[in-house]
Amino acid sequence: MFNVIRKLTSFAAMVAVLFVFTTETMAAKKSKTLKNTQKKGFVRCGVSQGLPGFSNADASGNWTGIDVDVCRAVAAAVLGDANKVKFTPLSAKERFTALTSGEIDILSRNTTWTLSRDADIGLTFVGVNFYDGQGFMVRKNSGITSTSQFKNGISACTNIGTTTELNMRDFFNSRGISYEPVAFEKADEVVAAYDAGRCDTYTTDKSGLAAQRTKMKNPDEHIVLPETISKEPLGPVVRQGDAVWEDIVRWSLNTMIEAEEYGITSANADSMKTSDNPAIKRLVGAEGEMGAAFGLDNDWNLRIIKQVGNYGESYKRNIADTGILPDRGPNQLWTKGGILYVPPAR
Amino acid sequence: MNNKIKRFIPQILTLLFVIGVIGFFTLNAQVNMDNRGIDFGFGFLKQESSFDVQFSLIEYSGSHSYARAYLVGLLNTLLVSFISIIFCTILGVIIGVSRLSSNFLIRNSAAWYVEFFRNIPLLLQIFFWYYAALRALPLPEKAAPWFGVTFMTIKGYYIPSFIWNNLDVFLYSILAVIICILFINSYAKKLRETSGKQIPLFFISIGLLIVLPALSFLIGGVSLDFEIPVLKKLSQTSYTYEGGIGLPPELIALVLALSLYTSTFVAECVRAGIQGVSKGQKEAAASVGLTPNQILKLVIMPQALRIIIPPTTNQYLNLTKNSSLAAAIAYPDLVLVFAGTALMQTGKAIEIVSITMLTYLSISLAIAALMNWYNKKIEIKEK
Repeated sequence: MFNVIRKLTSFAAMVAVLFVFTTETMAAKKSKTLKNTQKKGFVRCGVSQGLPGFSNADASGNWTGIDVDVCRAVAAAVLGDANKVKFTPLSAKERFTALTSGEIDILSRNTTWTLSRDADIGLTFVGVNFYDGQGFMVRKNSGITSTSQFKNGISACTNIGTTTELNMRDFFNSRGISYEPVAFEKADEVVAAYDAGRCDTYTTDKSGLAAQRTKMKNPDEHIVLPETISKEPLGPVVRQGDAVWEDIVRWSLNTMIEAEEYGITSANADSMKTSDNPAIKRLVGAEGEMGAAFGLDNDWNLRIIKQVGNYGESYKRNIADTGILPDRGPNQLWTKGGILYVPPAR
Repeated sequence: MNNKIKRFIPQILTLLFVIGVIGFFTLNAQVNMDNRGIDFGFGFLKQESSFDVQFSLIEYSGSHSYARAYLVGLLNTLLVSFISIIFCTILGVIIGVSRLSSNFLIRNSAAWYVEFFRNIPLLLQIFFWYYAALRALPLPEKAAPWFGVTFMTIKGYYIPSFIWNNLDVFLYSILAVIICILFINSYAKKLRETSGKQIPLFFISIGLLIVLPALSFLIGGVSLDFEIPVLKKLSQTSYTYEGGIGLPPELIALVLALSLYTSTFVAECVRAGIQGVSKGQKEAAASVGLTPNQILKLVIMPQALRIIIPPTTNQYLNLTKNSSLAAAIAYPDLVLVFAGTALMQTGKAIEIVSITMLTYLSISLAIAALMNWYNKKIEIKEK
């Protein structure tokens, strides 16, 4: 009887040791995520449940937006086809769990980069693809033109699980205004509640306010107040522990921004191969071995520019031309008065 | 010896398998959390939560800890469950008895009610009450007062709040009433058993319940004021009510949906219980000269309750667990506040989800224990 127990326990211990061993060695290998992605044939990308300009699906299920374009750029780089992306719509509450549990490999869902998120939850932010700030929307006929006109007892609709909830508290607290926070899980529910008169103001990132306004019954009846109460750098996120994958996503985004800086567009990318500028040649795969470090071929960045376009093209297509935020504001290149500045690809 | 081993081996194998499975998942979680640099621990409960909650029974703001936020969510869950259980019981008993009525109209409308509400998914009913029914309510400035001092608006139901002076004296008087009634009850029982005399216990109890608290007002210095909600202008077009108590529309929608849905199941339990008592019991009671009232109270109900209580306990448990659907309509219950916002702000998924699961388990076990105690109390005492 004891023999049986001993045998079984040693077997269980063996299984446990084997398990630890395999997971440890797998983590040590070069990008597990890249290998899995190439095996599957598509990039698994987490996006929002519908935010025009950032990630939004049309009636036939085609996703568009600048967040979507980051995932498409990665797909173009690692799989050669920008359309090989599987999009998973996620609520603010679900997004990090989906990423850390391995359900998705990139989270590109208007997510604010903060210290605690970067350090605590097992995530790594790879860059910023939109500089935003939190604002308030009110009904035009309320006569409110500034947050200084807010009074005690105001009710504010927002999303749960966002930095918005925290900023809102800081804002109202520092001004000594008592308020009623009404927090929903889905953005559509927040908009519906605000639109029906449940709340006096709707607060989230200003880009989000501008985008959601287009979904309302009468967009012209609402205005976004001028004050910005927080810094919200939004960008793509990956799981911690796969440095190569992290680099691939980071440099896919950087490629788009740098391509705009050098005037490389989806239309002229091929002809840029013969350019005199070595920086341009490096960006279209005509000089250096820029993909080898990631385990990719040399045309990975050319494919991004040809299939997805540079950052300016993406912004124009998704945000400016759709009337959400025609003015690029801080999301302009550093050479043109904005704050978009990426390290050189060399 | 040989037989003994044969008997033990399957049990030991099963035990090892269970330990193995648990061990595997624990190890898996540990290794993966380690790989991703996630710490495990409950230290975050003491940290400042820094988010506010819409509706709370205890004093709470973002400067309190996550542990306090947990308590806020827990109390909100208990509140909505408690109110809903009371409403669903009252409604369930009425509907259940109506289904046995000899009146065609009453019997059939009760049956329709049951079939209608129990066959629509609960989440849809919650959405209906919140997004359809309550959204049709007037804005605060257009709300007509109900009973003169309460206002039903799209922002919630505003009722006057009580302001007590010397509340403790009033509470002592209530306590005194309860003790008196218990004493009189046992005295009456003794009197009935020894001399067969009946005293009007019910009227004495009601009388005490009115007289003693009234005395506390007259000579105890207790007084009660009302703070009536007043319309307040927030901007040119938006208003709210100030003062009094504001019940959020989320709470109202949830209570409506939960109690209407669960009352259908309670009604069926009540109907089954009453029908489970054989007709002969009623006829026998009538033949020894008991009044219809006494028949119901002394013969039918004690037996029916034995059948009603166990399945009704299940419904109460279901209701409490279903209250977690609150998260869908922004009612700040345990799931929304703790397993929602707190989880997102700390990223402590395993810790928070396990605390939440344990909490629901404890609430359910507590309700079950209470109902089992009641069931024991009313079951047949075998001598």
